[in-house]
Amino acid sequence: MLRQSHSLPGLIGALLLAVLAVTGAILSINPVQERLHTTIPASGAMSVADLTGKLAANYQGVEQIQRTPSGAIIVYFTDGNQSGVDRVDPETGTAVAAYEASSIMRWVKNLHRSLLLDTPGRVASATGAALMLLLTVSGAFMLAARSGGWRKILHPVGGTPVQRLHAAVARFAVLGLLLAATTGLYMSAGSLELISEAAEAEVNFPAEAGAGTPQPVETLAALKATDLSDLRELVYPYAGDPTDGYSLLTRQGAGFVDASSGALLSFQAHSTRRKVYEFIYMLHTGEGLWWLGIWLGLSALAVPVLAVSGIRIWWKRRRALPRLTGNSPADAAATVILVGSENNTTWGFAKTLHDALTRAGQRVHTAPMNRLAAHYRKAERLFILTATHGDGGAPTSANQFLAKLEKFEGTPSFQFAVLGFGDRQFPKFCQFAIDVDAALTAKGCTALSPLDMIDRQSPQEFARWGKNVGERIGVELNLEHIPECPKTSRLQLVERVDYGSDADTPTTVLRFKPTRQTDKAGTLRARYWPQRLPRFEAGDLVGILPPGSHTPRFYSLASSSQEGMLEICVRKQPGGLCSGYLHSLQPGAAIDAFIRHNPNFRPNTGKASVILIGAGTGIGPLTGFIKHNTPRQPMYLYWGGRNPQSDFLYQPELNRYLEDQRLTELNTTFSRSGDRAYVQDKIHADAAKLRELILKGAQILICGGREMATGVMTTIDEIVAPLHTSVQALKAEGRYREDVY
Amino acid sequence: MKTKPLVFFLATALALPVLAEARPVVFATELSTYNGDGAYVALYLTDANGLYKQTLWIAGEKAKYYKHLGDWARGSRMRRAEYDGMTGASVHSGQTLRVTIDLDDALIDAGYQVHIDTSVEDMRDHRSEVVAPLTTEGAGKPIAGKGYVKSLTYTF
Repeated sequence: MLRQSHSLPGLIGALLLAVLAVTGAILSINPVQERLHTTIPASGAMSVADLTGKLAANYQGVEQIQRTPSGAIIVYFTDGNQSGVDRVDPETGTAVAAYEASSIMRWVKNLHRSLLLDTPGRVASATGAALMLLLTVSGAFMLAARSGGWRKILHPVGGTPVQRLHAAVARFAVLGLLLAATTGLYMSAGSLELISEAAEAEVNFPAEAGAGTPQPVETLAALKATDLSDLRELVYPYAGDPTDGYSLLTRQGAGFVDASSGALLSFQAHSTRRKVYEFIYMLHTGEGLWWLGIWLGLSALAVPVLAVSGIRIWWKRRRALPRLTGNSPADAAATVILVGSENNTTWGFAKTLHDALTRAGQRVHTAPMNRLAAHYRKAERLFILTATHGDGGAPTSANQFLAKLEKFEGTPSFQFAVLGFGDRQFPKFCQFAIDVDAALTAKGCTALSPLDMIDRQSPQEFARWGKNVGERIGVELNLEHIPECPKTSRLQLVERVDYGSDADTPTTVLRFKPTRQTDKAGTLRARYWPQRLPRFEAGDLVGILPPGSHTPRFYSLASSSQEGMLEICVRKQPGGLCSGYLHSLQPGAAIDAFIRHNPNFRPNTGKASVILIGAGTGIGPLTGFIKHNTPRQPMYLYWGGRNPQSDFLYQPELNRYLEDQRLTELNTTFSRSGDRAYVQDKIHADAAKLRELILKGAQILICGGREMATGVMTTIDEIVAPLHTSVQALKAEGRYREDVY
Repeated sequence: MKTKPLVFFLATALALPVLAEARPVVFATELSTYNGDGAYVALYLTDANGLYKQTLWIAGEKAKYYKHLGDWARGSRMRRAEYDGMTGASVHSGQTLRVTIDLDDALIDAGYQVHIDTSVEDMRDHRSEVVAPLTTEGAGKPIAGKGYVKSLTYTF
């Protein structure tokens, strides 16, 4: 609800608000410019009479004097047949420059106030101000909720880079935008005559014509008594009429000055209403408060940034959720399915379950696990389908679940079943699902079915689970899951470098370039547009589907899409389906692949050293990091292979990086020749140096097989023990990252 | 027999004063090209001393801006009765305001003057930028203005 009150006005009004904000920012320059070009005499130093005296010396036919809120003095005069407008210096009474309002500024002002459209445009601008107000308030509440309370609102915000940018810019600009929107809305209401725009005090011309000969203007008592800083406008009498007098408009009110006696007649003070209006006008335009104008202008410049980043966040969010047909509202559903997914594969299974239950006549509500409500009014049972992320942690759409579970009302009549998805070759297989199952049992809910786990997205295991659960709830469930394949790009092999072709497990470095789809099934764009690689960086993964399999295999990327080619290192596994397929490719062959981002596996930027540890083909992404080490962060590479002939990949490149300082140190070990040791042994030998680096804030990145990773973890735990820390603690700080397969 | 010329004479005698009372006068005010919004224009009559006599036409929609037509505002006190039914849209740069007013014959060739006040938003006001005597010989002769008005021409 809160999110919608922010996203809806934001999406509707994005363009309108961007136009209003940018024009507003341009207009905010005016008061500053004016202020810079004026000299303002000290308060009390100069009276209006003094100024008129100085002007009389230089101008014959003065008709009107105006003082702008910024302090500039403008004289309207007619010399014979020539009319003119000059800006004058109050000290001397001489012209500084002819006063010509910039037509560009006038156009920008028109665009800002009414989108160049008169009254309908003013309505649009007013609507924009109202939307802005709604956005700032809802945005502030959202930020507070996300930070964990109003007190923590200034703490650093987590999330994707776009979300962090949006939050940071919003925090900077929110107060200025709130002020500009409120004052703007008030002014729009005034000009649309929804509230009465209190008029300035009027000059009441006296009923009788003045008697007596007009005196020189600088001698008039009323003008002598008025300080220049209070002046707004002084209108001289009509030249042909000796009975006419002066109209004086000041900050306090309006009055009529008799030309002969110099007395102030029929003075009318501005109403309070008017003073309020003028104050609000000043707050919005900055006229008279140039520093406020600058502040509002800068806040306004944030709006286009916020609009674009906000739209991107919305779009990504929308794309992440699959389309579920027939999704009942939470309070109306008998069955609730909550999903913990990192990469949308689990969502696919949830959708299959959702559709099957809906077809059987059930009312089902499906949502991410983070949206666990404290209470479901009509729900009888809860299904939880969740993956596990990294080392037994919660996937992104479930990271707040366990916290929310504490507020959940669990009763024994409420049944649940947890289904975990994972990969058995990982030690923490379905760890998060196990945790969730335990937590729900502890809450007092009844388990409909014991925790079940599915390995490698097997559709058969899923169907079996569905049948089992279906029997227990009395519904026939035939879960036929067809895994949805992500959109692939077509890549062509351009180069392969083989190592150890006579060994039993040769390694090869494969380089791919994007290529056109040759078959007619490709879209027009794919066929004729120059193909580009999807965006990725070293450290991300590429998913390749070998022919004859539905499950993709992932390989760590050694290059980034900026380089224009996709590079991976593949070791041929005995009996490996995908590795065998890749090893059989010849230059010119084409494959279909997709990118899976792994944004957590990257070195942090900054001054801290980076310790890169890898074995075998793990050297790929690590070399990629070194290649892109333009800022020359100190990088220490520890790598273990089998045999320098069979798998020392990237040897010439690494030597080059040593020379140009992208790599500080290179340590290699070989298990089947030379020292016959593993990489963790080498690390153990360098314990003292590494401990020193870690003490100074170094971070560790590991890439390689599971056995190596476990061995390295044990060794590092020993190394950092004297520092009273552990690998777990370093992981929590984001200084220990793994890409393990 | 003598009644026919008498009736004829009486009829013309009665009709002539009606014909002689007022005549339509066309005032064409051409604005020069200036860089700005639509101008508010006050077209009015004063006596030979410049004292306000009668409003001819006010071009401009919003009454709250009429105070910028300074001399007219002063003379007429901006009373509603003075300009009711004699208002129209503001005049844009380069446009010509053409109005036809029925004027008493007594006003022509009697020393009365036509004045024009103008005002443009965010630009200066011009009070009495055109002052033209209302005479039969002046008809058709354009008079230049000192501000936004390029020329005023009145014809009978």
